[in-house]
Amino acid sequence: MDKFILRNVELWYNDFKALKDVSMDVERNSITAFIGPSGCGKSTLLKSLNRMNDLIEGCKIMGDFLLDGENIYEDIDVNMLRKRVGMVFQKPNPFPMSIYDNIAFGPRTHGIRSKYKLDEIVEKALRDAAIWDEAKDRLKKSALSLSGGQQQRLCIARALSVSPDVLLMDEPTSALDPISTSKIEDLVMELKKQYTVVIVTHNMQQATRISDRTGFFLLGELVEFGDSEQVFSMPRDKRCEDYITGRFG
Amino acid sequence: MKKFLRKKPADLFLSLFTWLCAAATFLVLIFIIGHIVINGAPYIRPSLFAFRYNSDNVSLFPALVTTVMTVMLSLIIAVPVGVFSAIYLVEYAKRGNRLVKLVRVTAETLAGIPSIVYGLFGMLFFVIWMGWGMSVLAGACTLSIMILPLIMRTTEESLKAVPDSYREGSFGLGAGKLRTVFRIVLPSASPGILAGIILAIGRVVGETAALLYTAGSIARIPGSPMASGRTLAIHMYALSSEGLYTGQAYATAVVLLVVVIGINAMSAYMAKKIVR
Amino acid sequence: MIKSTAKTERIMQGVFTLSALAAIVAVGLICVFLFAGGVPAMAEIGVLDFLLGMDWSPRDTPPSFGIFPMIIGSIYVTAGAVLFGVPIGIFTAVFMAEICPKQLYKILKPTVNLLAGIPSVVYGFFGMVVLVPLVRGLFGGNGSSMLTASILLGIMILPTVIGITESSLRAVPGELYEGAVALGASHERAVFAVVLPAAKSGVMAAVVLGIGRAIGETMAVKMVAGNQALLRMPNEFLRGVRTLTANVVIEMGYAEGLHRESLVATGVVLFVFILLINLLFSAINRRGAK
Repeated sequence: MDKFILRNVELWYNDFKALKDVSMDVERNSITAFIGPSGCGKSTLLKSLNRMNDLIEGCKIMGDFLLDGENIYEDIDVNMLRKRVGMVFQKPNPFPMSIYDNIAFGPRTHGIRSKYKLDEIVEKALRDAAIWDEAKDRLKKSALSLSGGQQQRLCIARALSVSPDVLLMDEPTSALDPISTSKIEDLVMELKKQYTVVIVTHNMQQATRISDRTGFFLLGELVEFGDSEQVFSMPRDKRCEDYITGRFG
Repeated sequence: MKKFLRKKPADLFLSLFTWLCAAATFLVLIFIIGHIVINGAPYIRPSLFAFRYNSDNVSLFPALVTTVMTVMLSLIIAVPVGVFSAIYLVEYAKRGNRLVKLVRVTAETLAGIPSIVYGLFGMLFFVIWMGWGMSVLAGACTLSIMILPLIMRTTEESLKAVPDSYREGSFGLGAGKLRTVFRIVLPSASPGILAGIILAIGRVVGETAALLYTAGSIARIPGSPMASGRTLAIHMYALSSEGLYTGQAYATAVVLLVVVIGINAMSAYMAKKIVR
Repeated sequence: MIKSTAKTERIMQGVFTLSALAAIVAVGLICVFLFAGGVPAMAEIGVLDFLLGMDWSPRDTPPSFGIFPMIIGSIYVTAGAVLFGVPIGIFTAVFMAEICPKQLYKILKPTVNLLAGIPSVVYGFFGMVVLVPLVRGLFGGNGSSMLTASILLGIMILPTVIGITESSLRAVPGELYEGAVALGASHERAVFAVVLPAAKSGVMAAVVLGIGRAIGETMAVKMVAGNQALLRMPNEFLRGVRTLTANVVIEMGYAEGLHRESLVATGVVLFVFILLINLLFSAINRRGAK
């Protein structure tokens, strides 16, 4: 069964309809990319996958969101959902505390108190996010002392610390320099072995490079969705082709 | 309620505790105001507002007049100085200017000085050194220094909130700096400045410690600024320490509260105007 | 109508600059007059005898001018105020910034502003007629005590603590809250474990400013604290206490000569305390700005 199954999703911000009848399946252990011009609804859909949209006043959602067959808006406690579906944000947002405490925050939230266990989790998360070598000697230092690219990998490590199934990434490299970007792209490719990744990106090349499947959004509609190779080489929809070839938006 | 029941115990506790603290804050205010109004309202009689004070009517009218005088005098001094210095800080001073830093630091210092220290200074400087004796003028001068940082800060903030495009527009029409400041910037900043001035009035009306040994506590309408007089707050203090006039003290407190609440509401109203 | 000739421009610029100097001049004058009025007395009494002397009996022959009990009194009463006011203030601020429904906020915010606007003499009066009898009834003693003063001051510093804490909570970037929630943290955990610590320097500034207010408060304390100038231990919190501020305001009315100067010197000590607190406050602010 696919990881996420979305059926007839509609979403309003007050009177504005931000998503129109979106249906899609997100494959397990794959990278799914959402592309499209800004304001097209791709970030909105991403955020509704771990219910971050709940934080926005006036947001109303209809349709089915199934995670492993369970409806995430009805069957699962929201905090448990977010534990299973982690998120990395556009701007690195490390907490103003030590590197160690940043990573340990998640496990502590979910009741892990043993120092030994926490040490283990912190190391594993940092290793998985490919930042262990840079951080291991300064775990007690403030996370804000890291560079932007390191901060973003720290945030990925933080998301991994609660051992999620799915990792949502909202333009995770848009605030970073090219070298940090390529590091994170490599990391994402590595992560898909263990996790299901959904990534929103403005960067077409990035989507081509790393994603298995790609969805193109326009004005709240999922215009085209399929294997990345197909979407980028021979898009079925004219609007998608225009966007990809740069004639649009 | 359902939302509450689903919370973890620790979260529930924290959440309830914040509710409790906020409720305590709210109830304290309600209790203070309620207690004073309930006990004071019956004593508000026409005799309380008699023209002359005597130990029979304990009239607060002279104190009211003195309060108005004190407010006026201290504003006459503090408002131009405060507003002008804010204009200097925002419109004239260059970035990183040493003087600006010094002005900021001293203004902050002034804002932190307790009123009793102002009272001491006013006594030493205005009453004794200048030889004014205990007088409304000495009290008002002391208070004008006390409210100066408040007026400076609120004016500075409202001047900063005026968009640069206004200034550019005015300069673009060939207006000089002075004309731009007085015709364009100050009018747009006026609600904020006014809100600050009203707050300053509130401080003056409520002040006791800085006035006790500068303006004195004579319960007569002062014939001139050089005469001594008691403001409403001092009057209230005198009544409550004498212990003979508890009812009248309550009533005076009611009047004082009404004035202060009115002033607060006015200031909030003005402040809202800038937001729009 | 102001003519914008070059001359008036220059003159007005001069006026503005002069006005800006007013704050500096004021602080200068305050320092000069306070120190000139108080330091000679301190020298005459002996700085150590003054600051650490246990006995305050200015009208005795020979008089003694020890303000140590008052220094301790100010510190105790302020500490008590912090004990009452700070936790309630911080939690109220958290409630206002992060938890309370919008409609309730519209009531709470003016409430806090009003608390800030009530004159201290009204607080003092309220303390006299309500808190003093209450403390007497509940705990015995005569009611005018360290405890009463602490409670009253705790209430009085609430608006300061709440106001600054609330605005520093609101200044915490929303991304931090989102980051915590995205890890599955509940609202409360995100607020108390991430947002509040992120606002730490603002909260500290709020506490320091609250301390400044409490230590400088005069009338309200004088009206409820009993004012006996005797050294108290913290476990005597039901006995009366005299603060530095109360000492000045009580005796200035009739003091003369060295006695008067010693009161000014008491003011100087208070002033130095406040300057130190201000210094601490701006140091915290500077660190917070970084």
